[in-house]
Amino acid sequence: MTNASIVPAVIHEVPLQYYVFFATALFCIGVTGVLIRRNAIIIFMCIELMLNAVNILLTAFAAYRADPNGQVFVFFIMAVAAAEVSVGLGIIVMIYRNFQNTDVNLLSRLRG
Amino acid sequence: METVLPGATAPFSTLLYVLIPGLPFLGFLLNGLLNKKLSSTVAGAIGTLAVLGSFLLSVFLFVNFKYQYTVNLFDWISVGSLQIPFSYQIDQLSLLMLLLITGVGTLIHIYSIGYMHHDENVGKFFSFLNLFVFSMLILVLGANFVILFIGWEGVGLCSYLLIGFWNKNTSYNNAAKKAFIINRVGDLGFLLGIFLMYLTFNSVQYAEVFQKASLGQFGNYGVGVVTVITLLLFVGAMGKSAQLPLYTWLPDAMAGPTPVSALIHAATMVTAGIYLVLRSNVLFTLAPQTLEVVGIIGLATALFAATIGLAQNDIKKVLAYSTVSQLGYMFLALGVMGYTSSFFHVLTHAFFKALLFLGAGSVIHAMSNEQDMRRMGGLRKALPITFLTMLIGCLAISGIPPFAGFFSKDEILSHVYEHSKVMWVIGVFTSFLTAFYMFRLLFLTFFGEFRGTEEQRHHLHESPASMTLPLIVLAILSAVGGFMGAPMFVGKHYLADFLAPIFTYSRQILPAAFNTEPEHSTELMLMGISVAVAVVGIVLAYVMYVARAQRPAEDDAQRSAPENLVYHKYYIDELYDNLIVKPVMALSTGLYKFVENGIIDPIANGVGRVTLAGGQLLRAVQTGSVETYLILMVIGIVLILGLNFGRL
Repeated sequence: MTNASIVPAVIHEVPLQYYVFFATALFCIGVTGVLIRRNAIIIFMCIELMLNAVNILLTAFAAYRADPNGQVFVFFIMAVAAAEVSVGLGIIVMIYRNFQNTDVNLLSRLRG
Repeated sequence: METVLPGATAPFSTLLYVLIPGLPFLGFLLNGLLNKKLSSTVAGAIGTLAVLGSFLLSVFLFVNFKYQYTVNLFDWISVGSLQIPFSYQIDQLSLLMLLLITGVGTLIHIYSIGYMHHDENVGKFFSFLNLFVFSMLILVLGANFVILFIGWEGVGLCSYLLIGFWNKNTSYNNAAKKAFIINRVGDLGFLLGIFLMYLTFNSVQYAEVFQKASLGQFGNYGVGVVTVITLLLFVGAMGKSAQLPLYTWLPDAMAGPTPVSALIHAATMVTAGIYLVLRSNVLFTLAPQTLEVVGIIGLATALFAATIGLAQNDIKKVLAYSTVSQLGYMFLALGVMGYTSSFFHVLTHAFFKALLFLGAGSVIHAMSNEQDMRRMGGLRKALPITFLTMLIGCLAISGIPPFAGFFSKDEILSHVYEHSKVMWVIGVFTSFLTAFYMFRLLFLTFFGEFRGTEEQRHHLHESPASMTLPLIVLAILSAVGGFMGAPMFVGKHYLADFLAPIFTYSRQILPAAFNTEPEHSTELMLMGISVAVAVVGIVLAYVMYVARAQRPAEDDAQRSAPENLVYHKYYIDELYDNLIVKPVMALSTGLYKFVENGIIDPIANGVGRVTLAGGQLLRAVQTGSVETYLILMVIGIVLILGLNFGRL
């Protein structure tokens, strides 16, 4: 159930499309970064970009529709992302210790 | 004796009945699992006590026996109309067999402690012996043909294991395989017999089958089906009891340790065929044609094996052929419906043949494993107990009164005389041959000059007490065992009276066959003739091998044609080899070369090769590069999204 009427007018100052365009752009930058960079830390940051692009969309829509569900969901994503970062960074540290480098192409042991 | 109640309940706790075969089985497990950890004395003690325990339990059952009953242990097979309970049949026949197996078995176990003392695998030996006793007890205790069959196969297996006990010798292994395979031929007949029996009577339970048979209820078949069933059962009996033409395995079975030859291949297992026929005597009584076949095969085997026995020089081979010959006598008795006398001979034969084998074992032990009688001689002084006990055994098997063999053999021959004079003449002639070759054995071994090496002469010694004690006990049994069925001397045929209920149905069907009391004068005449013939045989042997001190020719000596034929056992082994073994081997070799190598192997290997090639092809996909995986993943996501939502 949405109560559009109780949304403060200031929210509507920026049109919803802008958020969508911004989030899409951010997401595409993230995807491109993941695809073309080889440094594991950069790839990791790009993944964060993609996650946050989605977060922006969720908050924007939540605010426009005065529905807190979206914002609650964002908190979950942030919590999970934090956990993921700790694990991921741990892995990267181990890669660095073994290879003195964080190039993902070094991790090609699974080649058939 | 109380009347026979069908389904009468067991008077004692079930545990007692479980323990009779259970104790030897326990001994088998203990000795088998702790094989290397037990000293030979402990292993022997475990094995012997296990059998002794079931002997004592059997004696307890025998003493307290009042009426026939079955002991239901559990429902074993229950499929549709096929109901096979696992139950025991306790009656006169199975009780006597129990006593025989466990009694003679105990003596032979005691003997084995001494005989096998120096062997490296004593635990294995005793575990196999115990397994044999267990199987044999299951065989005689079972209350239906399927349980009998389990025991039947069990003893066959043990026979195989024990013939090949010294498995480092290839010819021993071949003898074991021969015994196993020839027995399979007989078992096939036996199995088919059981199947046909089930089709006919819709049951394999003794009580039910025999009752239906005696009432003439043959299901969808006529009375002729009984002839077929009994012939098939008899094929099984032929295999197990080494009758023509399936006897060739028994002489080869002498490869096993001597106590095995005594227990399995003389006293108990080979009489399983007789037991089978006795157990199903109703069916055999209904099939006179089968009985005729049984009698003729028995007689032919008795004569045939006796002639081969004349020319053997291996002490155990002579005894083996004499076993085949005596089994022939038992089947001859069955064939002329002398059921009781056949069983009588089973009992007495078990005593004296076990005695003879154990005596032979004692000789072999003293001669440092020499078995050739041409290298023996003059052992009488060195082995006095063995000599005396073997002398009793030889007198018993030759049918000299008052030793056990005389009464049983005489009873068989008088039954045969009633049936057919020709068969009787052949039987008496065989009895002459028996006396001759047994005393040939005795004279060659114990009389004359010692013919072995100096080293053997130096080593000669009487066996230890554990070996001579069973010899003495068996000698006493062989000497007096005959009086259980000697109405002339003790006024009553105890064995026949005791066994009578087993043949109730047969007696109803053919009362005439059971009421043959030969005239006193005829009987005396028959006795006189058979004793005279045996004495002639003994005297002839004495003249040839003691007075003239002949000794058998060496293997490569020139022989006349008939001598050669007998010496080579009528070339039967060679005949079977050329007729059956070689064609089958050629067929298998051919199949191996063309079917196995040409068709089966390429198919099996082909499947492997296709899988391997497929793997080679697909491994390129697995680049190991994280970037490629990511790109492919993104492309995949885009495609999925595009295909899903692009249509909107």
